[in-house]
Amino acid sequence: MLNKENIGHQFPSFSTDIEKGRLRFFAKAIGEKNPIYTDESAAQAAGYRTIPAPPTFMFSVDLEGPELLPVLTLLDLDIGRVLHGSQEFEYLGQIYAGDRITQQSKIVDIFDKKGGALEFVVQQSTYTNQNDELVGKAQQTLVYRN
Amino acid sequence: MSDITVGAQIPALELPPINRATLALYAGASGDHNPAHIDIDFAKQAGMPDVFAQGMLSMAYLGRMLTNWQPQAKLRKFSNRFAAITHLQDVITCTGKVVELVEQNGETLARCEIQALKATGEQTLVGEALVAI
Repeated sequence: MLNKENIGHQFPSFSTDIEKGRLRFFAKAIGEKNPIYTDESAAQAAGYRTIPAPPTFMFSVDLEGPELLPVLTLLDLDIGRVLHGSQEFEYLGQIYAGDRITQQSKIVDIFDKKGGALEFVVQQSTYTNQNDELVGKAQQTLVYRN
Repeated sequence: MSDITVGAQIPALELPPINRATLALYAGASGDHNPAHIDIDFAKQAGMPDVFAQGMLSMAYLGRMLTNWQPQAKLRKFSNRFAAITHLQDVITCTGKVVELVEQNGETLARCEIQALKATGEQTLVGEALVAI
């Protein structure tokens, strides 16, 4: 069983640059054709400061830390048994190409179902830009198959 | 005045069949390098018959449906649970509809039920979005 004493654990905060080329690659990978996601002038014509990160890109910010999914090490999880249970994003602003985003994440709950056959780890994250504006929040639940 | 009312359908988004290249490109672009999605040997060792799609790939498709419909600047909240695994060759369609208008922080928001479906009708993602109108 996962150690519930890790509820409240804060992972080290980190900052990452949101690169224009990376956003273009992400748009290509998801089949996004709207030019605001690849072309600065189209983005500006639509009222954005520059190319915005698509709505689910916050999850990719999570993966830019010094370690891919640090929760795996903390809780000694085998990645082959981890599934993504749910994901939630709240938008308080916008992440743009050229921004430097600081991510802060913590574990807010650990619980189990089916007599411990499935365990759940709930994490919350915040995303702050280089102007100290809180631009987004996220919550994710990972499912661990025992 | 907005023409977004309760019952309004969000234009559906139908995707091409999921293939290995889709998964490899998304792994690289998203930073999700979990080998279960790109390495068949790893997937088999983990007890899966083959690699399978990243859940966040389908969530990105739902995001495309939402931003095709309304500008991203109007999106306030977007969530889903991952109800079933998406496999190679699955054809995913994203749909949604407005189910309620709610007031929040001085804005009127359309609460939308959204989902991603396989061609069989099986739901892979089930969620909700709040969009300012």
